Formats: sequence, structure tokens, C-alpha cells
Amino acid sequence: MVKQLETQVRSENGIAVVELHGEINSTAEEALNAAYAQAAQGSPSAVVLNFQEVDYINSTGIALIVGLLAQARKSHIRLVVCGLSEHYQEIFRITRLSDFMQIYEDEPSALAG
Amino acid sequence: MLATMRKWLRINSKEKPDPPAALNQAADIPTQVKTIDLDLRPDDPFLAYLLGANGVVEIDRLKLDSPALKELKDAGVKISVPLVSQGELIGLLNLGQRRSEQDYSSDDHRLLATLATQAAPALRVAQLAQQQQIEARQRERIDQELRVARVIQETLLPRDVPSLPGWQIVPLWQPARAVSGDFYDFIPYPDGKLGIVIADVTDKGVPAAMVMATTRSILRARAEYRESPGQVLAEVNDLLCPDIPAKMFVTCLYAVLDPASGTLRYANAGQDLPYLRTAGGLVELFARGMPLGLMPGMEYEEKEVVFAPGDLLLCSSDGLAEAHNLQREMFGFPRIKELMSGPERGADLVERLMGALADFTGPNHEQEDDITLLVVERDAVESSNGDPMQLLTEFDIPSQPGNERQAVEQVLAALEDVQLPEARRKRLETAVAEATMNAMEHGNQYREDLPVHIAVVRSLKSLAVRITDHGGGTEIPETESPDLDAKLAGLQSPRGWGLFLIKNMVDDLKVSSDNEHHVIELVLNTKEG
Repeated sequence: MVKQLETQVRSENGIAVVELHGEINSTAEEALNAAYAQAAQGSPSAVVLNFQEVDYINSTGIALIVGLLAQARKSHIRLVVCGLSEHYQEIFRITRLSDFMQIYEDEPSALAG
Repeated sequence: MLATMRKWLRINSKEKPDPPAALNQAADIPTQVKTIDLDLRPDDPFLAYLLGANGVVEIDRLKLDSPALKELKDAGVKISVPLVSQGELIGLLNLGQRRSEQDYSSDDHRLLATLATQAAPALRVAQLAQQQQIEARQRERIDQELRVARVIQETLLPRDVPSLPGWQIVPLWQPARAVSGDFYDFIPYPDGKLGIVIADVTDKGVPAAMVMATTRSILRARAEYRESPGQVLAEVNDLLCPDIPAKMFVTCLYAVLDPASGTLRYANAGQDLPYLRTAGGLVELFARGMPLGLMPGMEYEEKEVVFAPGDLLLCSSDGLAEAHNLQREMFGFPRIKELMSGPERGADLVERLMGALADFTGPNHEQEDDITLLVVERDAVESSNGDPMQLLTEFDIPSQPGNERQAVEQVLAALEDVQLPEARRKRLETAVAEATMNAMEHGNQYREDLPVHIAVVRSLKSLAVRITDHGGGTEIPETESPDLDAKLAGLQSPRGWGLFLIKNMVDDLKVSSDNEHHVIELVLNTKEG
């Protein structure tokens, strides 16, 4: 019943895009960290986390995202997100993640921003 | 001369019947009649001799090492005729020297033997009749005393059940004897709260009733100054200890109900645990404490629980759970729990419990111990326009990682017909998922044999999801509120968002626990105001 997170990393004009498919929970830790590491390798100007295909983020998932954000800030990489449902946008606001990560509706606007 | 005996014990001259007229010899000869108090012990050889004798015994010729025999000889007895009824020596007919100073003839012996055979049963009947009269008089006196004691005791029980709007209280008090060691009491506070007592004094009958009266007075006096059930019990215990008879003690539950908020604060001095019936199932209300009167300086744990509309509390004395049937099986707590799980409320529930007890013990059963029951329930109707709490669904979820999604699915399925804006539905999803995860992980340690119980209830104004795990008995640690700045700076673990999310997703969060379970209730208001 647990859908293992699948990721895809690609580069768009010097910006790394991490496409996420599945659930962001404790089972996603390895895949998420590996995808971010891959994205951050070529010193991109920004990393975009695309949540378009994510239907569930729990508190452990939030903790994983906090972990990525901490890494990004250390290495001065701008981390932004897109494709979040209204509900998860609200959660990003409640947890104040939105104070540190720009939230875009979709990938094109994230890349344009 | 006549000596009578009751059993083999010392003769009690007060109970001795007058000598029958037949024993008075010829009317023209002055006759000396006297009774002898004869101490005839069971090990006296004279007793065995008398029981074996056939007719007249010649005392002056008898040689036995017997104090009783010596006593008769000293009194001048020549011959004795044992009066035996149903193998029991009930008296001795003793004759002294004949006035003619001649020996008694064989005709005299025969006459006396015949007389003894007829006199013995008559004497026995007279003895029994007198004994019964005495016993009847004693019984009557005791009955009268018990009737008075019972009347006094009944006046100590509350005459009326308090009337609290939105609440029902139903007591039952059924002593095993005329008087009881069980009692219950209601103590109203000026601020509208109500003190509720159910107590059981060890032992039954008059001694228990006396201790009951003392305990009740002390409790009332202390409760006047305190609203803390734990403190009240501690003070009652200290006051009771010096005065209570040895080997007696009192088990007592003291609870203070706030009818406005539905909050019940309680402390328990060894009384059977009360059960709270909620939409999510039965909860045992445990609080640690020793019975009253055993040792001074005791402390009583104080706990709190909140009645949701429709919740029902049953307090009982041990006379219910510990009743036995003919096979010596106990009625027991599992039976009480099962009976409580039915839909009955108030007086119907009391009737159901007592009916089940009667079926269990069988006909002609003599009640072993006092039974006291107290049902306290919050009306299912929430407001004046009448809206019953409705159980939409309840189910168990095995404690396995990832199963919180299954819990969310089942809760959502139950809410299909409930109008709820999409955003609020999504918030509830997250709250249920997080609370279920906590329950499986922290409450049940992901143990397969410990499921998480989930109940969904709704009323006119609100919707509640109750999530119960087996993590009771331990305090839930206060978690530090997550601070993203601190987390990003590495000063706080990146984790710890669960409870924070839950709190932000729902309108109200209620947490309660007993020694076994931990319950988290997520409440969403469905109507404003």
C-alpha cells in the first residue's frame, strides 16, 4: 500500500528540477536525499522541487524537506517549490517553510521566477 | 430432689423448670424438694455411667472417681434416675433417704424407672419451648435494632438525586442485610460543580454501617473546603485512621463533576474502577490510591476526563463484580463491560445489570455483599433544538507503518454524506493521518497485537474523530513547539511536526488517558456559533 517515492532530476537553463512522484514520508528519505544531492552537484542557480505528482506529505516528510532546506542554505543554493496542492501550500505556510522557500503554482512559473 | 441438665454443661438454675407435680410424694407427708446445680463435665466417668444405666442408679453404692458423684453423695442422695431423651441426658431425678429409713424396694425402683421414661420427654419439651421463647425474644430485639439502624442509615443516603440540566444520575443501593457498609453521596458546590461519592466499608451489618456514618460525615465536612478530590481523600484518610476499628477500611471514589464543561476530576481510594462509555468504546478511569483508614499520610492521584455528549459513567461497589453463582464463578468485570457496551442508558442500564446478575446467580440466591451502582451520563442531546451524537463508524487499524492512509480512507468513507468544505476535509485528513501515526508508533510501538481504535461521531455542531491507542499509564511528554529557524540552524531536530500539525488542522484537540489507553479526539466545528 506504500508507494515508494520516485524521482527524476533534470536541468533547465542552469536550474535543477527535481520531479517527485508518490508520497513524502519516512520511506522517501533515501530517494529524496539522493535526488537532491544529484540536483545540487553542478552548482545550479536554483533547485526546484516539483510536487505536482505528490499526493501525500506527512510530518516526517516535512522534516525531510526541512533537512533539504538546511543543506541548500548551507551551500547557498536557492530552493523553491512548485505544484503543491492548496492544502500543502497551507501546511508550508503554517510550518513557515514558505518564509524560506518561494512557492510557485507550476514549473514554468518557477523556472521564470 | 431434682437436678436437671441442659446439654452437658453447667446447669443454669434460671432455665430450670419447676419439678413436675408427680415428683411430690404422698400429699400427707411433708416433702423436701430442692434442686442441685450439678457440674457434670463431658469427661466425668459418672456421665458415661448414667447414659449406660438402665433405670435406677444406687448412688450411695457407686464407686467412681467423679466430682459430680461426690457432690450428689454429699447432698444425701441415695438413688438417682437418669432422665434421658433421644440419647441425651436432660436431668436426674434424685431421691434421698426414705423417711422409713428402709432401703427402696424393687417395686419403688420399677415405679421410678417408669416415671422417668414418661417424665423425660415432657421435661425435654418444656425445656425446648422455653428455649425457643428466649430465642424469639432475642431475635425480635435484634430485628428491632436493625430496623432502627436501617432507618437511620437510609436518612444518611441522599433523599433526592441532584437535578443537573443536560445530565442524568441514577443510583441503586441494595444492601445484603438490613444494614449496609456501602453508601453513595452527592455534595453540591456553590459554583455549580457536584461532588460524587461511592464507597464501601469492609464487612457488612451494624459495624460497617457505623463506620459508613462516620466516613460520610468526615467526607462531607472536608469536601466543603476543597474541590480537589485527591486532597479531600487524603484528609479524610488522615481523620479516619485514628478512629476506625482494626482490620476495617473504606474504599471510596470521590469525583467532582463540572456539568458546564463536562469535566470530571476524580481520585480513587481502592474502589472498583469506574467505566466511561464513549463513542469510541469503554474507558477505565484509573487513579492510584490506598483504601481509607489503613495508614495515615497517603497521597491520592487525581485524574481528569471529559464527558462528550452521550458519554456514560458507571461506578459500582464490588458487590456486583464479585457476586458468585452456584458454581462459585464470579460475575466479573468482563461481563459488566459487555453489558455496558449495549445501548441501554440510565435506569435501563441499571435494570439490565441487575437482571443479568439475577440470571447469573440463579433463583433463591442470597445476596452475598452490598451492591451500589451509580450511573452518571451526559445527555446525547447537545442543544435546545435537539441533536443526538451519532456514531458514524468505528474500526481497528493494525499498527504497521503506512497504515495511517488506510485510517484516513475509512474516516473519509464515513464522512461521505457530511457537508464539509474541501479545505477542511483535507485538514482533517492530515490530522487523522498524523494522530494515527503517533498512536501506532508511540502508543502501540508498532506492535501487531495492539491495534489503534478509531471512532467517528457527529453532532449538529461538530464532528469528532477519536483515536485510541494502548499507550496509557504514562504521561505524554510535553514536546517543544517546532521552531523552523532553530531547525534550520541545527539547534532543533528537523522532526517533531506531528502534534503541531494536528493542532493547526482542527478546531479542538482533546487528550485523555487511563492506565491502559490514550485517547486523542480531533474536533471540527461544522456550524459556526
